[in-house]
Amino acid sequence: MSPLNRKLLRDLWRIKGQAIAIGAVIAVGVLLLVMQSGLVTSLDETRRAYYERYRLADVFAPVNRAPAQRIADLAAIPGVAAAEGRVSGSALIDIPGLDLPLQARAVSLPDFGKPRLNDIYLNEGRRLESDHPDEILLLKSFAKAHGLQSGDSLSATMNGARRELRIVGLAQSPEFLYTAAPGELISDDSRFGVIWMSRSALAAAYDMEGAFNEALLSLERNARLPAVLDTADRILDPCGALGAYGLEDQFSNSFITEEIDGLRATNASVPPIFLGVAAFLLYIVISRMVQSEREEIGLVKAFGYTNVEVGAHYLKLVLTIAAGGAAAGCLLGIVSGRALVDIYLLYYKFPFLVFQLDPASFVTGFLVSVSSASVGGVLVLRRVFALTPATAMSPPVPPDYSRSGRIGQALNTVLDQPSRMVLRRLTRQPGRMAGAVIGIALGMALSVAMIGIMSGFDRMIELSFNVIDRSDVTVSFNEAMSDKTVYELQSIPGVIEVEPVRMVSVILRHGLKSHRGAINGLLALPRLNRAVDSDLKSIYLREGGIILAQSLANKLGVKPGDTLTVEVREGRRPVLSIPVVGVTTTLLGAPAFMQLDALNRALGEPNRVSAAYLRIDSAESAAIYRILKDMPAVAGVSLKSDARAALQKQMDTGAGATRFIMAAIAAVITFGIVYNAARIAYAERARDLASLRVIGFTNGEAAFVLLGELAVVTLFALPMGALLGYYLSFAIAIGFSTDLYQIPASVSLESYAIAAIAVLIAAITSGWLVKRDMYRLELVSALKTRE
Amino acid sequence: MNSNVTNARGQVNAVQRAGSGQHPYTYTTNGLTKVYGEGQAAVHALRGVDLKIPSGEMVVLLGPSGSGKSTLLNIIGGLDRGTAGTVFFQDQELSAMSDAQLTRYRRDHVGFVFQFYNLMPSLTARENVELVTEIATDPMTPEEALGLVGLGKRADHFPSQLSGGEQQRVAIARAVAKQPTVLFCDEPTGALDSTTGRAVLKVLKDVNEQLGATVLIVTHAAATAAMAHRVIHFADGAIREVVENDTRLNPEDIEW
Ligand SMILES: Nc1ncnc2c1ncn2[C@@H]1O[C@H](COP(=O)(O)OP(=O)(O)OP(=O)(O)O)[C@@H](O)[C@H]1O
Ligand SMILES: [Mg+2]
Repeated sequence: MSPLNRKLLRDLWRIKGQAIAIGAVIAVGVLLLVMQSGLVTSLDETRRAYYERYRLADVFAPVNRAPAQRIADLAAIPGVAAAEGRVSGSALIDIPGLDLPLQARAVSLPDFGKPRLNDIYLNEGRRLESDHPDEILLLKSFAKAHGLQSGDSLSATMNGARRELRIVGLAQSPEFLYTAAPGELISDDSRFGVIWMSRSALAAAYDMEGAFNEALLSLERNARLPAVLDTADRILDPCGALGAYGLEDQFSNSFITEEIDGLRATNASVPPIFLGVAAFLLYIVISRMVQSEREEIGLVKAFGYTNVEVGAHYLKLVLTIAAGGAAAGCLLGIVSGRALVDIYLLYYKFPFLVFQLDPASFVTGFLVSVSSASVGGVLVLRRVFALTPATAMSPPVPPDYSRSGRIGQALNTVLDQPSRMVLRRLTRQPGRMAGAVIGIALGMALSVAMIGIMSGFDRMIELSFNVIDRSDVTVSFNEAMSDKTVYELQSIPGVIEVEPVRMVSVILRHGLKSHRGAINGLLALPRLNRAVDSDLKSIYLREGGIILAQSLANKLGVKPGDTLTVEVREGRRPVLSIPVVGVTTTLLGAPAFMQLDALNRALGEPNRVSAAYLRIDSAESAAIYRILKDMPAVAGVSLKSDARAALQKQMDTGAGATRFIMAAIAAVITFGIVYNAARIAYAERARDLASLRVIGFTNGEAAFVLLGELAVVTLFALPMGALLGYYLSFAIAIGFSTDLYQIPASVSLESYAIAAIAVLIAAITSGWLVKRDMYRLELVSALKTRE
Repeated sequence: MNSNVTNARGQVNAVQRAGSGQHPYTYTTNGLTKVYGEGQAAVHALRGVDLKIPSGEMVVLLGPSGSGKSTLLNIIGGLDRGTAGTVFFQDQELSAMSDAQLTRYRRDHVGFVFQFYNLMPSLTARENVELVTEIATDPMTPEEALGLVGLGKRADHFPSQLSGGEQQRVAIARAVAKQPTVLFCDEPTGALDSTTGRAVLKVLKDVNEQLGATVLIVTHAAATAAMAHRVIHFADGAIREVVENDTRLNPEDIEW
């Protein structure tokens, strides 16, 4: 082995503590990147495989009632690979002991054999037998939430008739990955069920003998979706077509897509910020490490080694650390990604897992670490190479104190010798100190922003459920009812306030952009569920205009004054032109609001409501629920407390859960930065400190000289980190926001305080570790070698 | 301490060098000046040095501390550049060379013993020597070189395990090992007792005589001058006097 390579190994061993600290920082940066992108590719790939294996349809065409033979016409549409008709209807499940009935969807399976489309995955039990019409399969997540098993019986109301059913198996399906009660956004396993029954039994229940009310189509690879949708609608029109839609608009799939997209968006912004901070640290540390080798560089050059040879030697050192850190990050990223995917699969209810990594993340991780380290190394090497070997070999020129003049004199009288040494070093090497300050400030900024995000999630829930929606209960009706129903609700004892709402499913279009959702028709100045402006004040809903959630306005690219095309997807399905008159602050979902009367008038259906918000006396809730349960018009009752708990759970286990991991990684990076700052200061000063000890300074005084510097740097970094953190929190908040919910940047005083304390703890710990090393230092050997 | 620089390879080398048509002067400087810093803080380390060093000679540079001896050595050794004036190595102008050419020149021709030893602390004595032999065209083995300075048995020790004088001897072994054309020694015997010091001087003399290397020694010990062909007295950045010795003492006879 060449002596330079041997030197490389020994140097690495000598600085192993620091090399590991640097490597760890870059490793967690890369880890986050690899893990997160692995998560997204795995979820994507698992979803794709699940859809494919269980033959999820590409097109869903609901219809009032179509004769069974129509399915052949649908199958004949160019581009359609397979078509299947089925019966599907809403049902209510009565669970003994629960005050409220639970909403469910009943879906038919063929009497014989497996369905051609939308197959199920059987978790336990057996498939249906056609000669037992009371047999059902139940959605596994729902069954688990209520402790139901195969063999149990279940009572359900279908099409107005109560039936006793027997559960023969638990199943799941790609069609119901994400389930929520109608009109709700937040998934709650316990409050929405899916029942699979044999086609003949279900047809009998819903008067669909010899007919279907939902067609499923799968497409050939090069089929044109819009054309197929149009043709399907045309074929089914005489039977009461309700509008065919593609998979991307299917409820479950669109939510899963939003979650995965949200995760992807988080990945696109947050891990790069972390990696950037790690890269900056790497750059700073590496350049100071190389800087401290100046005399050795000069010596080797004096022997006649060329710049290329010397440069290669140092780059090897630097790259060993950077690439080692990146490699460790990749490995850890794979391991933790693998573990995390398992947790996510539980949340997303995939029955199996396709673990897949994103090779691009490895490449990015390596490139970023290696290049930031190389840049740090090369810039310093270039500066050293510009010196003649004689200059490089001689210790740096003693500083020019002639300029310190009177201030220096004044300070001399105030400060003792060790304090002056600290001060001089700070003022003498402003560049180095600035690097250390910025490094620690970045660590602090990460911490501030991540702590801010934590409270942002809480604030989102708080705003959504206490400020924007102040109701306790939402009652939804089977169909749009006369507004007299509202008075009926009002008369229930214990109901304090009732507010009507008309929800209409629509497609909003502006230019080429569109959004499939609902318009909520509210009172002009609602009190319970409100549209609020950015100051959280109620917006008065003027007639003849629509108010959009900010996120929806962004998605459609509209601003107040623009006109939207509104395709109503129910009733007579009119197409309306409505001006946008305002935007509202919402953190949950992407609603659109209109004044109730104006909406009804536009639909040509005056005085209709489809749901009502209630504020109730909680002491009376049980009695109120009993009355609601027996009202035939009521399709479902949802409690805000349930929705709130469900959202909290979703954010703690779904895409939002990564915030905990990222906060932990922010902590590692912050500590790594502070520790490195301390280590480097020590490495640069070891000889000076030994000299101080030799001339009679105590260990404590020498430590003061070293740690005083760290203390001052840290104190400078705190306010700067607070400021950077404030701005960073906006970027990170956007990264964490999804189409489903928006996370506000909310950096409170508390966030700053916690982050500052974290940095201080890191500084004190690092200082203590370095001090311990310094006390152990052998004076003689430190002084003996004069490189 | 054995002085087996008269090994077969050394002799072949010396013969080759003698046969390659030597330039009469290894170094020629004209008006060489060196100013450190500028303005009020400027230090004139060299103030117009005109010098000719004949090839194959052993030259001793004497002068008070701060008179510019190390500065001169650094410049003609290709480690530094003058502020004005010209420097020739044989017929090549050092002062006009690029950094890469200077590197080449140091690599191919120069052996250096620095005033402050300058050993790599993370390399053993042997490895410190290897650092130079690795890139030399016709070096001795590190063991040979360390043997010359009496440190054969300490080859695997790190600098921190060696005394100051031992470190200095490693530095000498390192400079000699490449069998250089010119050998610069900045106070090579400063930290040595009389016996070791004389032995080191003997090594330098052997390198001079057997390899035909031009040897330049900076020293404060005026007695050392007695073994040189030529003694340059330096003061205040300029040559005060050059003395050629008619008779030279052997290292063993030098007073310490
Ligand atoms: N890098 C530098 N910057 C400024 N001045 C310098 C530098 N190097 C040397 N000097 C000054 O140049 C002058 C000559 O220094 P040099 O090292 O050549 O002296 P020297 O004769 O070798 O002394 P010594 O016998 O003490 O080693 C001194 O006054 C010294 O202070
Ligand atoms: Mg000197």
